[in-house]
Amino acid sequence: MKKIFLLFFISQLLVTGQQTPGSGQYESILIENAIIHIGDGTVIKMGYVGFQDGKIKYVGGTKPENKYDKSINTNGAHLYPGLIALNSTLGLAEIDAVRATRDYDEIGPFLPHISSSIAYNAESKVVESMRMNGVLIAQTTPRGGIISGKSSIMQLDAWNWEDALIFKNVGIHLNWPTPYTYKRSSNGERTIEKNKNYIKKVKEIKDFFKSSKSYLPNPKPINLEYEAMRNMFNGNEIIFLHANSSKQIQDGILFLSSLKIKKIVLVGGIYSYKQKDLLIKNKIPIVLKHPHNLPSFVDEDPKIRFRNAKKLVDAGLLVSIDVSGSMERMNSRNLPFYAGSFSAYGVDKENALRMITLNAAKILGISGNYGSIKVDKSATFFISKGDALDMRSNILEYAFIDGRKVSLESHQTKLWKRYLQKGRNNKNKR
Amino acid sequence: MFRKIVFIFLSLIYSVEKSYSQDYFPENAGVKTSNQPYNVFINATIIVSPDKKIEKGILIERDGLVVEVGKNIEIPKNSILHDKTGQYIYPSFIDLYSNFGIKKAKRAITRGRSSQYNPNREGFYWNDHILSDYNSINDYSYDPVKSKKLREVGFGIVNAHRENGIHRGTGSLIALSDRHTDNYRIIKSNSTEFYSFKKSINSAQSYPTSVMGAMALLRQFFLDIEWYEQKSSNSKDISIEAAIQNKNLPKIFESGGRLNLMRALKIGKETNQKFTVVGSGLEYLDHKRIKSYGNTIVVPINFPKPYDVSDPELNEKLSLNHLKEWNQAPSNLSVLEENDIDFAITSKGLENISDFIQNIKKAVAYGLSEKRALMSLTKIPAKVLKMNQKIGELKKGFYANFLVTSGPIFKKESVIYENWIIGKQHVLAPNDVVLNLDISDEDLLQYLEKAENAGYSVEELKNVAKFYGLSSEEIKILGKRLTNAKKELELKDEALKKIEPKKKFPVLPITYPNTAYGFKEKPKYSNIVFKNVTAWTNEEEGILKNIDVLITNGKIKKIGQNLETPKNHIELDCTGKHLTAGIIDEHSHIAASSINEAGQNSSAEVSIEDVIDPDDISIFRSLAGGVTTAQILHGSANPIGGRSAIIKLRWGESDEKMIFKNSDKFIKFALGENVKQSNWGSNSRFPQTRMGVEQVFVDYFNRALEYGKKWENYNSLSKKAKGTIEKPRKDIELDVILEILKGDRFITCHSYVQSEINMLMKVAEKFGVRINTFTHILEGYKLADKMFRHGVGGSTFSDWWAYKYEVIDAIPYNGPIMTEAGVTVAYNSDSSEVIRRLNQEAAKAVKYGGLSEEEAWKYVTLNPAKLLHIDDRVGSLKEGKDADLVIWSDNPLSIYASAEKTFIDGKIYYDSSKIESIIVDIKLEKNKIINQIKSSIGKGQKVQPIVSNTNKEFFCETIDK
Repeated sequence: MKKIFLLFFISQLLVTGQQTPGSGQYESILIENAIIHIGDGTVIKMGYVGFQDGKIKYVGGTKPENKYDKSINTNGAHLYPGLIALNSTLGLAEIDAVRATRDYDEIGPFLPHISSSIAYNAESKVVESMRMNGVLIAQTTPRGGIISGKSSIMQLDAWNWEDALIFKNVGIHLNWPTPYTYKRSSNGERTIEKNKNYIKKVKEIKDFFKSSKSYLPNPKPINLEYEAMRNMFNGNEIIFLHANSSKQIQDGILFLSSLKIKKIVLVGGIYSYKQKDLLIKNKIPIVLKHPHNLPSFVDEDPKIRFRNAKKLVDAGLLVSIDVSGSMERMNSRNLPFYAGSFSAYGVDKENALRMITLNAAKILGISGNYGSIKVDKSATFFISKGDALDMRSNILEYAFIDGRKVSLESHQTKLWKRYLQKGRNNKNKR
Repeated sequence: MFRKIVFIFLSLIYSVEKSYSQDYFPENAGVKTSNQPYNVFINATIIVSPDKKIEKGILIERDGLVVEVGKNIEIPKNSILHDKTGQYIYPSFIDLYSNFGIKKAKRAITRGRSSQYNPNREGFYWNDHILSDYNSINDYSYDPVKSKKLREVGFGIVNAHRENGIHRGTGSLIALSDRHTDNYRIIKSNSTEFYSFKKSINSAQSYPTSVMGAMALLRQFFLDIEWYEQKSSNSKDISIEAAIQNKNLPKIFESGGRLNLMRALKIGKETNQKFTVVGSGLEYLDHKRIKSYGNTIVVPINFPKPYDVSDPELNEKLSLNHLKEWNQAPSNLSVLEENDIDFAITSKGLENISDFIQNIKKAVAYGLSEKRALMSLTKIPAKVLKMNQKIGELKKGFYANFLVTSGPIFKKESVIYENWIIGKQHVLAPNDVVLNLDISDEDLLQYLEKAENAGYSVEELKNVAKFYGLSSEEIKILGKRLTNAKKELELKDEALKKIEPKKKFPVLPITYPNTAYGFKEKPKYSNIVFKNVTAWTNEEEGILKNIDVLITNGKIKKIGQNLETPKNHIELDCTGKHLTAGIIDEHSHIAASSINEAGQNSSAEVSIEDVIDPDDISIFRSLAGGVTTAQILHGSANPIGGRSAIIKLRWGESDEKMIFKNSDKFIKFALGENVKQSNWGSNSRFPQTRMGVEQVFVDYFNRALEYGKKWENYNSLSKKAKGTIEKPRKDIELDVILEILKGDRFITCHSYVQSEINMLMKVAEKFGVRINTFTHILEGYKLADKMFRHGVGGSTFSDWWAYKYEVIDAIPYNGPIMTEAGVTVAYNSDSSEVIRRLNQEAAKAVKYGGLSEEEAWKYVTLNPAKLLHIDDRVGSLKEGKDADLVIWSDNPLSIYASAEKTFIDGKIYYDSSKIESIIVDIKLEKNKIINQIKSSIGKGQKVQPIVSNTNKEFFCETIDK
């Protein structure tokens, strides 16, 4: 009997097959008896979510009157909005050490005309491994240079990049120069000095912005770089300011707000708590560096990165999580645990969740459709056996993107099942 | 001002002096007179040696030697009398460590991206960095400019050598006299041997790439010398022969840093070499251990310069340990004196040699006795040089190398007037009253006139001339230079004022370690009863709720319900808390000064135990994550890596005391991309494929067997028979491999894909070896059954993949699949970041693969303990085991849990409730020192940029920089 069940299981696996994106939502579905984490900080302790044609039709603590084609009783599992990974490079590289697979860093200092979306690999084995942890949406972002290019918002279950696109070219990424430089002294120690080129570098940025701004009213002949700044200047695209030190943050924000740029988002922001007032005054959201990072200096609080979020959240700032860093693509699937860690150090659980759902959607400007479990929003959510921010209980049963049931399989689960079976067969033989 | 003017006059006089030539040399410039007059110094306080002082004494010099010294001595008739009333005479200083006059080595030109594995030289030792055959005298030429600078601060003799190589060959003893030729200046051409941990720059030979490699190389070299002396074969090795010839020379080891000092002492002890070790100026931090070795230490006095503290944002990045060193280092010498450590002082590392006397005076102000200061500059270096019958004192028959000073030499206001070297006067500042000179009034007036025009008062100049009796010619020349000279002196005066520290600050107490988060006092046993705790025993009892755990003197004494609290024990209410064994990381690279010896495809001869860095902040951060024990592994740069160190994270203790006592010993092997050098451009070293990797192991195992047989044969011979044949060469590397084959050392092997894993098991089986642990082992799940049969454990990452090609099939279910197959599985960090949250990594085994929480927890505690063969002492809560414990705020696998207290041997090494106040203390202490720095900085004084210990992150691939 057991064997038969397993055979069935395996054949199912082959049919649903990893990598095959879910087809459209053809029947209406009602999720029953779930703990619904709305994403805005509230929870419905035991409730129902109904969705149809990719949209949420019902959210509530009582069973809706409308009939649904199908219902899924979760028996008290947790329902969450799809998690959103900000400042990620998902789909832009496959294997770090293999140069041929790396597509995130173009050469040149000012590349606002570069768009990450078209390099996004919808077949990436790294991308598919996000889904099994609840990460369903990502901002794919180019790296390098002073202006790295434009990021786009992708849903992580698609046939191709166009299919994946939620929003193309959401914003421009500006890497603010570092005011300090590191050198190695003769006895091998690292010394820090003021960056002598800082002013020069900042001036380059200022010049570029000035030139592009003066170009815009008379764009003939076309200049690709300057032209690509237009939507940012007229408020249709966000400028993502990548800055970590207090001085970088201050100088960057003062500069950008002096140009009356409307949509500014701070990315990284490791020391942004030192510029709280400035951030509050200019209403600037922060995509905060995830906590699995060492303190920058030996004297710092060993847990400083874990405690970072609380300081900003308590100040009333709009905060999400930046997944960039060491082994960033594969580790993006740990996004729920980044939020969980921030929660362990002071942010309450639902607010920690909010950082990677509604806050992230708000920052990207897609909160009208994504980021929380609300009627008329996209049915992009997942169901986990337990608390999704804790690795013990982040065990997904279902995930839906725009109402499509998506596969939770991956290269990893496929190998797991194959070799688990191999081991068990061997054991039976013995 | 007055005196300094004359100093310039006199230095000019010497420039016209005839050079002093050797008596058997032909003389063509004049007549050869040999009857030199005596120089007799009277009425001075003569410091014959640091412990012998003669008031109003007489010192007689002739032909460069002290003829007589004492009180009532007859003065020979043909004498020049020097009245030194009120002045002091000291033996001049000796610098044991100098590069004076020696041409620097030329940097080798490297070709291409591949490393060079072979030596450039033939007929010498196999490693180009052993330059025992080199003698610095070949590259020596007298440097009058530097000599003058050294004389000005009191040096008479320096031990010069070329700072190049691990064995640097020999140095030469040079007297700093402008008034002699090299025939006299070179006191000894072959004075001492020199050693260091730094490679020679005139060879690009790759080995050794690390300090531990340099240590291994030196050990092997000393063994090879022994072997060579008795071997019968005809092969020649010029380096070894030179070393044999120089066997009895004193040996000076430039360690190049605080931790390296201890390493040099260790090497010296092991190889029976009495090294005199050049330190770092931070010896006060390790004085107890230094004392226990008994070596003489050569101590630099280049106290840290004040930091540039002008930018508050930058100041935050300035590390407390550097600030403390700035505050504490001036007390270094007095601490060494207090602890009765033999030390000499060197001018090494001083940017301006002119700071030398200033800094000695500073050390004296910080408590160094003047007597000890003098000893360390005279008698002790003389003793090290085995020249204590010739130099360092002013006894009869000694070199007449001495200083004439205005008062006790290390008094703040004292001035060195003269530096006599081999009986020849070098005037530094004017004072001399030479009684037999005569000067005509006419000349004097002429001089005065000119000098007056240059802006000196007539009165001042009259006195000068009277005092110093100058010839008319001299006055003419000098008159022209007076104006310039005056300006120069004024500048120098200004400069002197700037150098002098304005204040002496109270020395801040040392902490353990002497960094941020160091302990004021080392932790002591906490005898505690943990009440009402949830205890994760990792034993049959499983997870016990509402239980009490008693720890006494470092051990778990009792686990049970309602335990009584014995005398002298504290009761700790742990309601709602969880108590576990401390986390054990099977694969870590924290707390080490180097990780890879990449210079060869096998480096079994190196050991991480040699290079533990007990001050690495990662230790503290790991404690904050509940880690108590870690295996510090060699990296994966080569198929056979180095020996590893198992340490307990006893923050604040020395490297030696961190080592897990009496544990089995391990070695790192590695497979795959790293050992093939796939990802870093070098492609000349064997192996470049997995096929080649196999052969490296087969080759080494075979060679080790052969080697073992040779020794077995030899050892089985009678004493008499042994005498008739050549003793086999001792080879540290093969000794280590042989240990593996004998089952005395265990392999942890870095591995990724199944083919290579399978291969190594097969190779090992052929040689009767069981691989102990495959680490990383990302494809372990593919051959877990084979692993089980072989009996190897797996220490893996919870969920790493996609970082290189060979991890393409890595899955997070790897651990649980191996567990199901019966393999002992651990999760490791291989990262100073991940090590801080291994509890969460263990929790991933619950998520991926559905392990029970109890089993998952063992992945980071009991199972790694088993893999390291220390599960009889740590890894679970069991009566009698070490009290290496963690109190968690919550279920330790929960993302919301944090370590509240971490115990090792029943001592609290981390207490989260204290962190907040410690952080405040750090800030206060830093501010205090920064304010001291601000108030110490004189106008225009040089400052140094902020030094920050940022993260030192080592991974498998990290090579020493």
